[in-house]
This record gives sequence, C-alpha cells and structure tokens, in this order.
Amino acid sequence: MSTDTTISQRPTPPSYEVPKAIRFGALAVGFLVLVLFPLVFNNPTISTIGVFAMIFLMAVTGWNIFSGYTGYIALGHAVFFGIGQYATAMLASYWQIPPGWETFLLIPVSMFLAGLAAIPIGLIVLRVRKHTFIVLTIALMFIFQLFAYNLRGWTGGSQGLEVSQPPWDGSIFNLPYYYVGLFLAIIAIVTSFMIRRSKFGLSLLAIRDDEDRARSLGINTRNSKLTAFVISAIFLGAAGCMYAMFVGSVYPQFSFDPAFDLELSIMAFAGGLGTILGPSLGALIISGAQQYFLITFGGANVFLIVYGALFILILRLLPGGVVPAISDKWRSHVVRKEQRILDSESEGPAEAGAHK
Amino acid sequence: MLTLSGVFAGYGGGDILRGVDLTVEKGSITCVVGPNGAGKSTLLKVVSGLLVPRLGSVTFQGESIAGKSPQAILKGGIVQVMQARSLFPDLTVRENIELGAFLINDQKIVQQRFNEILDQFPMVKDRLKDKAGSLSGGQQRTVEFARALMLDPALVVLDEPSMGLEPKAAAAMYGYVRQMREHGRTVLLVEQNVRAGLGLATHGVVLEAGRVRLTGTGKEILENPQMKVLYLGGSTQTE
Repeated sequence: MSTDTTISQRPTPPSYEVPKAIRFGALAVGFLVLVLFPLVFNNPTISTIGVFAMIFLMAVTGWNIFSGYTGYIALGHAVFFGIGQYATAMLASYWQIPPGWETFLLIPVSMFLAGLAAIPIGLIVLRVRKHTFIVLTIALMFIFQLFAYNLRGWTGGSQGLEVSQPPWDGSIFNLPYYYVGLFLAIIAIVTSFMIRRSKFGLSLLAIRDDEDRARSLGINTRNSKLTAFVISAIFLGAAGCMYAMFVGSVYPQFSFDPAFDLELSIMAFAGGLGTILGPSLGALIISGAQQYFLITFGGANVFLIVYGALFILILRLLPGGVVPAISDKWRSHVVRKEQRILDSESEGPAEAGAHK
Repeated sequence: MLTLSGVFAGYGGGDILRGVDLTVEKGSITCVVGPNGAGKSTLLKVVSGLLVPRLGSVTFQGESIAGKSPQAILKGGIVQVMQARSLFPDLTVRENIELGAFLINDQKIVQQRFNEILDQFPMVKDRLKDKAGSLSGGQQRTVEFARALMLDPALVVLDEPSMGLEPKAAAAMYGYVRQMREHGRTVLLVEQNVRAGLGLATHGVVLEAGRVRLTGTGKEILENPQMKVLYLGGSTQTE
C-alpha cells in the first residue's frame, strides 16, 4: 500500500540493535571476571566483599523481575529476605543440621517458603497501585519486623538466632559462599532474561507502561503481577538464606530492615531499572563500593557520604542508569552515522540532476 | 452484523446514550458523526465492552454481548482502536504489535498474522526494533491499526482515527480503513471530520444528544439539508 510513503518522506535508517557478538562477548568477559575474582583477589576481606556482592546480585535481580518489569516499586521485599534468614536459622536449629555443606540444602527450602508467603501477601498488596502500593509494602515489612521481635519462642526476639558456622579454614572460608552465590545469581539472571523474552514478560512490561491499556488487550494483569511477585520473592528468600549462613546470626532489625529495599532500588536505578543486566551491574558497583567504603571509612560513617556522593554522581551523569545510558548513546551514535549516509545518498542524485 | 436496540448508557451522572437503535451491516464502513457530547465515544465503549449499558440490547453476529467483559468481546472478534494514542511508548513496535495477539496461544498463528501485517504496513517493517514512543503521530496510528488486526477481527471499531494528524497522515489512515473493508472486515468509526468520515463511509449515522437523528448511506447523509445546516456550515462538497 502506497500510503506509507506519505507519513514519512525523509529516508530513515533501519532500527539498530547492538550486534549479538558484542553482547555475548561482553557477557562472557563479565562471567569470566566473576568466576576468577576470588581466585585472583584471595584476601578474605576482598572476597567477603565478593560474597555480599553475590547476595545483592541475586536479590536485586529478583527484585527487578517484579518491580523493574511491572513498575510497581516494592519497598517491602525485605519481608522475603527476612523469611529466608529466619527459615534458615530456625530450620538449621530444629533439624539439627551440622554446620557445613549440609546447610546449603536449606536454600531451596527458604526459596519455597518465601515464594509461599508471597502468595497471600501479593493478593493483598497488589489490589492497590502506585503510592498506596509502596506504603502498603513498607507497612507490611514493619509488621513482619514486629512479629520477629515478639514471637520470642520461635525467633528469639531481640536476642536473635545464631546460625553455626562451618569449621573451614579462614583462607578458603568465603569461597563456597561466593560460588554458590554466583550460581544462584546466574540462575536469577537467566530467569530474568527468559521472562523478559517471553509473552509473560511482555505482559509485565505492558503493565508498567499502562495497566488499564494492558487489560483492554486481554492481559490478566492480576495473575501476571502475582506470578512476578512470587518469582521475585523466591530469589529474595535464597538471598536471605545465603546472608544468614554467611553472617551467622539473624536479628529482627537487620532481617526486616527498611534500608535493605532502599539499597535494592538504588542498585536497580543506578544500573538501569527494568533492564535485564542493569540491576546486576548496579548491584556489583554499589554493593562492592558500599562494602569497600564501610571497611575503609567505616569508623566515622564517612562511607555513607562517599556512597551517597557516588549515587548522586551516577544519577546526574547517567539519569536512566548505566546500562540504558551507554546503550542509548551507542545506538544514537550509530543511527546518526547511518542517517548522514542516507541523507548524502538521497541528496547526491538530486544535486547531480540540478548541475545538469 | 452488529445491532444495538434501545441502548441507554452513561457514567453515573445520567445517561449519555438515550435509546440508541443502530445496525451495522457486514462488510460496511459505518461512520458515526455528531456534535461534541452527542455520545459517539460512549457508543463505541458500549460496543467494545468498556461500558455496560443500563438498558437495551447489543448483539454481534446473533449473540448478545451486552455486559460481557472487554476480553470476551475481544475474543469474539471486536477490536477497538482508542481515540488517544494507545501504544506502549517504552516497548518496541514489534512488542506492541505482538501484544495485539496476546489472547492467541498458538505461536504459529501469531507469526503468520505478524507476517501478513508486515506486508500490509511496510512502514512497520522498517521500525520493528524502535520504541513506539519515538514514532511520529501518523506512524503510531499505523502501528495501532496493525496491532488491532493481529486478532483478525470481524469488526474494527475506530475512535477518531484522524485525530491530531496532519492531512497527509490522515489521508493514509483513511486509506487503511478502506483497505480493511477490502479485506472483508467491517468497520465502525467515529469521526470529527464529518466530510472526510462520511465520504469514506458506506453508511452514515448522525447522533445527537444520545439519540440517532439520521441514518443512510454516507452520501445521503452528506447531502441531507439538515446536515448542511447543523454540521457543515451550508456546504457539502467533499474534498
């Protein structure tokens, strides 16, 4: 049909996407760096930073599956992080699991329990939208914190619970946690990738853009949101379990910590909210920097100032986050270049005709 | 194909439609015109299930659809293209079009429809990877049309397809509407540009204060003396 030509007269270059070779190459390099990191930097202080980075990597990727893809900014996912922690501490004690490799078997149990808890919680909080949703998730997180303080018989109240540490040598102590964390983080990233490329993922992105419009196209928005919420909680449960095992203790104020969700959202925003790899990059940069500054300037809380300054700097220079900013700049550079070629080609014959 | 009889509907502050009787013939382009507040958009909402009529019946292909959910009506073969820009701006053109077939689970059918759509709308083919929000108004409207056809609807409901478009882009949209009819679809549209809308339509309906005032072919409506006085400022010359 010829009517198309009347809409846009100027020849425009075709859409541009970063070549697969570059994308997969960058991913392979990133993967290799993560695998080699604790072997190259075998200082326990540095590998401790690595373990926390892996825990946050898996947590923020899980958080992004719900909040990044649907646009519902959840500030109460600490509930599932806390459930993972308490499930680990309570079950390790109840089942008398000896400290060591066996404790890692609690990871799937924590994931299951966090996912299970997300169903009724999701059915309640997902009835509302926008600011009300944010407030409701925060309120729910404090309710769980109160439970942890007051159900002393199970949770130990403000005394908390201990998770026995394995008798591994200090020089290699961090390695199992690091590699199990990396493995789980990769599962989270692959899950996020598969969701983003699926019909289900498309429904989540449509909800993010306009939920009512998504419904008008036949999308069951309630089911899509709830499914994403539960998947998201499962990875937070895994992160909580890893955290409890690594730190060795569980307390209400740290398990259900309002700052935890702020950290997750800062990491996701800095890296690129709603993208597949942006939050991962944000988690690696921010959690790594946070731990490093804590160790370097921890005594006087100077690390918080440096941490804040870094975040402001990223948002000022790269407002959409690191990954979208870099890919947008690269894409517009390539498209501008192709547009110049097309313009010169379309002007060329006309000018030649005029000279005749 | 579509029959409304004695339809009363509104938004809570009283009825906007007050006893609408209307028939849309199969294979026709039926254009509804009328002054602001006549109930044109409300009528389309009733047809696509976004508004449940208080009284009256709506039947499509012999089956009552009044009170059915928008999803059920969508599945039944009625697709509406909204008045305002209704694309998802942060999604690519391809993703926007794929969302049009969200109700179809068979990916082979989706792919086949997608290829047919690309043949019908060449502009779409060139812009598949671009974000929908980066397109011009006319291009966005084209993608909306393409998305609407992914469900292979029997009836396409268009709410002011030319709104906000420059004349060339509006002409392109009218071209697409004719093309839909050539492909065997029935079109029900509301159009503020009375001359262009009725010039395009096989059937015309004039709605005023929630009631059908005139019906006939597009040409008959355009040449009706009442229309000249009411809406066309004394002239009925089509462009």
